[in-house]
Amino acid sequence: MRDGRYHDAVQPARSASPQLDEESAGWLSRLASEASAERAAAERELHGRLLRIALAEVRRRSTLTPVTGPELDDLAHQAAGDAMLAILAKLAEFRGESRFMTWAYRFVILEVSSKLGRHYWRNPPVALDAAQWERFPDRLGLDPHQQAEAVCIVAEVRHVVDTELTAHQRRIFIAIVIDGIPLNALAEKLDVQRNAIYKVIFDARRKIRRALTAKGYLDEPDAGQP
Amino acid sequence: MNEREILERFLQTDPRDVGCGEAIEVLHVYVDLVAAGQDAADRFPGVAVHLAACGPCGDDFAGLLAAVRSDQPEA
Repeated sequence: MRDGRYHDAVQPARSASPQLDEESAGWLSRLASEASAERAAAERELHGRLLRIALAEVRRRSTLTPVTGPELDDLAHQAAGDAMLAILAKLAEFRGESRFMTWAYRFVILEVSSKLGRHYWRNPPVALDAAQWERFPDRLGLDPHQQAEAVCIVAEVRHVVDTELTAHQRRIFIAIVIDGIPLNALAEKLDVQRNAIYKVIFDARRKIRRALTAKGYLDEPDAGQP
Repeated sequence: MNEREILERFLQTDPRDVGCGEAIEVLHVYVDLVAAGQDAADRFPGVAVHLAACGPCGDDFAGLLAAVRSDQPEA
């Protein structure tokens, strides 16, 4: 995983200052209008659209969250409100790389995502550090009829996790991969960015792979493979 | 797929993966390309790799694409 701030394919998009499409220019003009009635009308309309998207998004994700019913609707309202504040605060940062509405919807989608991660800990189905290794074959998708092979794989991976990973890597790997805690929820719990968790898992996978390859358990990767 | 192949797949990582930060930063640009039927993965290969590998970012992508498509008139 690269550590550069900007992907080389992203940079040109950022420096191009593309011409705004008519709809996006209209939104920017109305939201920044000096006429308070016009600005308020635009804000109401934008909030209405953000709320519609937030409600649709919490329903789309509802099967993956313990949050239900009115609480889910409340969460959508909070997400729309917080997204609205963020959009208005960052209006000057919109550079026309996408349609304005796509840029705006991104805020509300990320708010929903983050808030659902936070709500996970109100009634978590599994405690942090539960270390349910017995569920690992299921998570991997191993055939339960090939029990002996599955037990062997779990034992090998577990040994590498116990002996090769740092304590921090081990804790994150077990929470995400073994216990199935959603990445967003863990990031909220540990108060870190989602990417910090992702990077630990990414590095742990590489380390485990290297160790299993060195022991002859897996083949050497093809050229070009990490 | 045998057990070792499953393990190989599980441990697979791609060095082109840009990570969550960069992927989310350009998610709106990426989604607009996809919604317009353009080859977003060709323009942002590292983002495409990441969205396929990272569950939460892939979910954000799916949500944003659904939102954008809900604004588009039925074909």
